[in-house]
Amino acid sequence: MSKEFCMTQSDQNNINIDLNQFNKVFFEECAEHLAEMEQILVSLPDAGPDDEQLNAIFRAAHSIKGGAGIFGFQDMTVVTHVLESLLDLMRNHEIAFSTAMVDLFLEAGDVISMQLAGHRDGSEVRQEAIDQIRTKLQQVIDAGSVANPVESACSPEHSVQPVFTADSSAVSRYEMEFTPDPDIFKRGVRLESLFAELEELGELTVLAELPVTPEFSTLDPEICTSCWHLTLVTSASEADILDIFEFVADVDQLKVHKVSQDSDINLHSAAPELPAAQDQDTADKAGNDVVDTALGRRAYDKNELAPAAYGRRTSETESSIRVGVTKVDQLINQVGELVITQLMLAQTAAVLDPVLYENLHRSLLQLERNTRDLQQSVMSIRLVPISIVFSRFPRMVRELAAKLGKQVELKTVGDTTELDKGLIEKIADPLTHLVRNCMDHALETPENRIAAGKERCGTITLRASQIGGRIVIDVIDDGAGLNRDRILRKASERGIAASDSMSDEEVWQLIFAPGFSTAEAVTDISGRGVGMDVVLRNVQSMSGRVNISSEAGKGTRVTISLPLTLAILDGLSVAVGDEKFIIPLNSIIESIQPTAQSLKTVNGKNVVHVRGEYIPIIPLYELFNMDAVVKKPEEGILILIDVEGEKAAVLVDALLDEHQVVIKSIETNYRKVDGTAGATILGDGRVALILDVNSLLQMRKKKAVCQ
Amino acid sequence: MQTGQEITDRSGTNIASEYLTFTLGNEEYGIDILKVQEIRGYDAVTHIANAPEFIKGVINLRGVIVPIVDMRIKFNVGEPTYNEFTVVIIMNVLERVIGMVVDGVSDVVALNPEQIKAAPEMGAAMDTDYITGLGTLNDQMLILVDIEKLMSSEEMQVMDQVN
Repeated sequence: MSKEFCMTQSDQNNINIDLNQFNKVFFEECAEHLAEMEQILVSLPDAGPDDEQLNAIFRAAHSIKGGAGIFGFQDMTVVTHVLESLLDLMRNHEIAFSTAMVDLFLEAGDVISMQLAGHRDGSEVRQEAIDQIRTKLQQVIDAGSVANPVESACSPEHSVQPVFTADSSAVSRYEMEFTPDPDIFKRGVRLESLFAELEELGELTVLAELPVTPEFSTLDPEICTSCWHLTLVTSASEADILDIFEFVADVDQLKVHKVSQDSDINLHSAAPELPAAQDQDTADKAGNDVVDTALGRRAYDKNELAPAAYGRRTSETESSIRVGVTKVDQLINQVGELVITQLMLAQTAAVLDPVLYENLHRSLLQLERNTRDLQQSVMSIRLVPISIVFSRFPRMVRELAAKLGKQVELKTVGDTTELDKGLIEKIADPLTHLVRNCMDHALETPENRIAAGKERCGTITLRASQIGGRIVIDVIDDGAGLNRDRILRKASERGIAASDSMSDEEVWQLIFAPGFSTAEAVTDISGRGVGMDVVLRNVQSMSGRVNISSEAGKGTRVTISLPLTLAILDGLSVAVGDEKFIIPLNSIIESIQPTAQSLKTVNGKNVVHVRGEYIPIIPLYELFNMDAVVKKPEEGILILIDVEGEKAAVLVDALLDEHQVVIKSIETNYRKVDGTAGATILGDGRVALILDVNSLLQMRKKKAVCQ
Repeated sequence: MQTGQEITDRSGTNIASEYLTFTLGNEEYGIDILKVQEIRGYDAVTHIANAPEFIKGVINLRGVIVPIVDMRIKFNVGEPTYNEFTVVIIMNVLERVIGMVVDGVSDVVALNPEQIKAAPEMGAAMDTDYITGLGTLNDQMLILVDIEKLMSSEEMQVMDQVN
């Protein structure tokens, strides 16, 4: 934009490392403010927002603007400024609320998000969208201002706020009255660079005026007693000018008038005198009592203190600190160690006489309780409420419903259910897919619903709950339900093995096949058949499961079940020789003790006959070159595993226990070990390898090729 | 055990380095003390499938999974027995934690540069590539090992090689 600006840019580069760190904080906070704004907007009643809500939205926009200004993201400041101006007018009841504004605000939020993403990830920023939203917001402001000319004249704050649409080619003249704070020099503001920045915008004339000349004896060169008349001829908008004064001048210190080229009449001829009088007043005070003026300095500060003007932050907002995830993980690790140490202590003490060592045993019990509590609290640090994900759906449903001409009500239950932060990030996409599916396929149009004897308005329910060590998320709709015949027909068309004798559950599983879609027409919302298989894959990658139940005409329920955290895995411990292994529970179908009759050989390889299927046996001892007690399948236990439709039976000596284990990486200090997905530490302090069933199958194939 | 590595005499000219010495068979070896994290006994090793014989497996060192290498098997010296006297040196090498089984840990010694001589071509169980020099202390000879180079070498198979 200007030389001055370029200079500050390069200055910023010098301290880039530090700034990046702060930028990250700004990005996070900005995203939070945007989310908060959106959440309020979507939940607004038809009657319009109350003061509290308006204030909350305004506060969010104001915070974004302030942050963007500090971190030098001018483009964001410009958009938020217009948004903030409009919100401010609404807050002051100068512009009435209309439902169209909600969409406008949402759109503005999207534009700011886009800009944010542009700065953060370097993603594409569409300039025309920015210009569009600015124009739209401006139109609303202009329309409102015209409608309320009386208020705009009498509100001193307002005389600053109106932002004139910048017709980029038109040159206009602005007259500014700038009365700086008496302590502006103390705050480190350099007026000459401020004026230089203004000069970059156009032709600038600066006139200084000393309304009060202080006595020489009381003269303090650090106190600014002058005020300035500035005349600027520029093609820039008033917003650009105000941006320069951002953080330098407060509302009552700067008056900007646009004087159009053809009519030189100053519409607000009375205005300059008012600040001059005020200025004299403040300057007088400045001489006597600097503290007093400093206190009353910022209109915003004052407002922020008054709950009636800005609204209190909702009381449930607890204070929080930001901590890096690695720090938390380290803490979890250390507590895990403590638990193992405690177990070892307990094992050692178990042999001691309970009467003789009563005190020791009592203390150990206490230790056990304390460590368990500690572990739970530490684990809970990583947990975040699922409302973070749920909160994005009201808007999506609202927009899709309008697009599809359907009436949909979204209900969320169990918003406070907590799950691991890592999982929260991954569950959002599958859930979005499912909700879109509900909207597009499952729910009928109002006419069809009435014809089917249902209410006009369809309902989608998102329900989260914790059941044991798992989180269960249901996506329930009261739509048409899955169509069994159509699924079977589509399946046979696509060459997927299906028969009429299949149970409902088996039929519903068919929709998880890649490329499967029963939608009659492909829409831009869904129907391309890249849905359910992706959902299934995403959920499985989180060690989760997906279940469907459906009733024709009544609706469908998709249930996603997830472990509480990614750091913990449900596993079955098995013994092979002297070693213990953990097999992830989610890949196990069942475990069987084979009979001699069920065992056959194919090409010298053992297979087991289970319910009409011949499943290859993987002897773990052979794959891992170990000494095993059990070498014959009929003497051991076969664990049937399922890897993306491929089945195998793993031969082990014995089943030991089912438990939750903390996953640790072997690769941190060693190399990748074939057939394993990591390691864990058992209760006795020993390391056990966690098997990766997928890689086991590949190892077996490789081995077969080698032989 | 001292952790300071460099000892300077009053004139400040002779800078000595400290080494942890250990025995492998009949030979005395020394490694930079700063690479050593701790020394512990040998217990509860979990075998790793399809690993070479000298990689005994992994242990749980306060929540960290640490691989254990038996140098006696690797260099075919000493007796690979495992009892309460078996010693494991836990080292920090190239940002990894690795355990090394040796016959015994002897001492921590300081060696001045003039006490260290270049290694001859042959003589030790270890490849000369990994030997930085021979130290002399009284009548004793120390084979000084570049443990980082040794542990990251392909023949140790402790780390994934960058191909």
